[in-house]
Amino acid sequence: MNELLLILVPLGAAGAAALWPHDRTRPWFLPAAGLVHALLALGLLLRPPTAPFLPWLGCDPLARAMLPAVSLLFLGCACYGVPYLRLRTERPNRVFVASFLAGLGLMSAAHMARHLGVLWIATEALTLSSVPLLHFNNTPRAFEATWKYLLVGGTGIAFSLLGSFCLGYASLYGGGAGDLTFTALVAQGTALSRPWVLIAWVLLLVGYGTKMGLAPMHAWKPDAYGEAPGIVGAMLAGGVTTVAFTAVLRVRAVVEAAGAGVVASRTLLVIGLFSTLVAALFLLSARDFKRMLAYSSVEHMGILSLGAALGGVGLWAAFFHVWNNSMTKGALFLTAGNLRRAAGGRTIDEVSGMSVITPRSAALFVAALFAVTACPPFGPFFSELLIVKTAFATRHGWAAAGFLFCLLLAFFGLTRVVFAIVYGRPHQAARDLDPRFRETLAVLAPPAGFLLLALGLGLATPEVLREAWTAAVRQLSSTP
Amino acid sequence: MSDLLNLLIGLAMGLNLVALGTSRLPSLIRVAAVQGMVLGTMPLVMEWDELRVLVLVVAAATVAMKGLVIPALLRRAMRTANIDRDLYPLIGFVPSLLLGAAGMIGAVGLARRLPLLPEHHESLLVAGALASVLTGLLLLIGRSKAISQVCGYLILENGIYLFGLLLIHSTPLLVEGGILLDLTVAVFVTGIIVDRIQRAFDSLDTRKLTVLRE
Repeated sequence: MNELLLILVPLGAAGAAALWPHDRTRPWFLPAAGLVHALLALGLLLRPPTAPFLPWLGCDPLARAMLPAVSLLFLGCACYGVPYLRLRTERPNRVFVASFLAGLGLMSAAHMARHLGVLWIATEALTLSSVPLLHFNNTPRAFEATWKYLLVGGTGIAFSLLGSFCLGYASLYGGGAGDLTFTALVAQGTALSRPWVLIAWVLLLVGYGTKMGLAPMHAWKPDAYGEAPGIVGAMLAGGVTTVAFTAVLRVRAVVEAAGAGVVASRTLLVIGLFSTLVAALFLLSARDFKRMLAYSSVEHMGILSLGAALGGVGLWAAFFHVWNNSMTKGALFLTAGNLRRAAGGRTIDEVSGMSVITPRSAALFVAALFAVTACPPFGPFFSELLIVKTAFATRHGWAAAGFLFCLLLAFFGLTRVVFAIVYGRPHQAARDLDPRFRETLAVLAPPAGFLLLALGLGLATPEVLREAWTAAVRQLSSTP
Repeated sequence: MSDLLNLLIGLAMGLNLVALGTSRLPSLIRVAAVQGMVLGTMPLVMEWDELRVLVLVVAAATVAMKGLVIPALLRRAMRTANIDRDLYPLIGFVPSLLLGAAGMIGAVGLARRLPLLPEHHESLLVAGALASVLTGLLLLIGRSKAISQVCGYLILENGIYLFGLLLIHSTPLLVEGGILLDLTVAVFVTGIIVDRIQRAFDSLDTRKLTVLRE
């Protein structure tokens, strides 16, 4: 029942927000729904249901290991959303608030979807619900970014539908009933027609990989993240990508059961390394600090893909990294939003000396930079270390070496941009801004909270999370 | 029955070529609409012997959405944006037609080599699906107007729908209904964005969307 509420509460709040008459008070729907959702999600984490709610929708161990991270991220973004929308009174926020809340409900649905068709419908609806969020700023650049997002994302999601049908045909050809629930597909195992499974794997990986933003399907990402408000960027980078990663993992379990696990692992390994490499190269030449965050996201999707490719402990580390990614992305995007508002610009040519103008946000931004580049003692350090260790242990030494090299390049790229905007003399544009951006507690507390969570995940990973990740690994690797 | 079905699929494949060869936006929208309606009737032909109510509903909904609602949305976007009706191709009409024809031959060849169930051996479903997907991609890449790209997306989606018909006996049609709904909303949302792009850029030529790059 709680599972259904995870979907219905945000959707209901979205409907109520759409009908609510006052622009000034409407943003409060965000933290209210976020809080209820977070409590429900943490409740499911602490007291998991014995069996999924429905055969095709429910909180299984995989959803339990992922969804609370997204829920916490949403709560932080929602708290930040209230002061943010107060700063943006020139824009009507009815559609924005309603779409943002609907997005949360659809993310819950997509995490818990145990049927290929339901998963596709939820993901497609999620894509569409984020469209009004992307062009909230109403600038030509924002519309250009939205168009690219619709076109690339739409084509990608079309491929995943074709892939879903191919997987269904694999089941039909293998003598099955064409039941598209993941449980039924895994149970059919090697009876699935191998050629169709391989075709389906490629199409589904391209489709959901586009949503994740794995290279070379990442073209929409820098534009969308660069033009969207900070809270939207954080939800896309930490929430929507998690949905897509969950989808890839579910499909991969079917492919593995069909006896093509080696092929699946190899493609994930290659595409993961390629993503980290592409991201690192673009980071070295990035000049815009919001687009920079998009490439950082591509890099982290590569890390997730690599962890999933290694399987076993690597997969466990990937779950750990999902949590770290959500928390650090929240901190980075929200502080970047603060800096962007205070500076009135976003490239290293226009912005510098932020440590003078907004000292607290700048300090948080630098701390978030260290977190995202996996400096100890933040969580990402431990999850990435575990992935590297697993790579060496499973004789993927070359992959680990290449991975570490890319991380080093990405570190150089990120620190170059961040220190260029934090230090130096403030530009005149930022001093002339009127009214000046004020660093209130409301815009500092959410990113600071995310940083503390990232720190806590690293220093003292809660036992319940470790157990949840282990259960999820067990669910995905249980071959009949 | 399968002869009639193959005839319809052949018609849909022919419409692919018409879509590639047409030089006017309204006729491209019409081609996509007619193809959608042809597709919508296919479940009826396939299930004629034991017609279920759900099949009837989904078929009617498909014809209504793909043949009437979506084209109407696109025409409205076209009218409000007040754009000129000529298509400026990035890939010329003759090269597109040649590529489309080659793709169709390739699709038939590929469909023969794929492992298919005995009852699908004589059917053109897989070939038609592949050909439509290729046509859709070609239109997405090869036409510069925003609305013509949406038409390309619709034809791509039609190809996937054709493939989905292979599973008609096994998947609950509710899923098909959800997919149809999502598609309609997608076109609706796209229509709004098209309108905004027109206002912001004073053009619907996607070649002008080049502010964002490295």
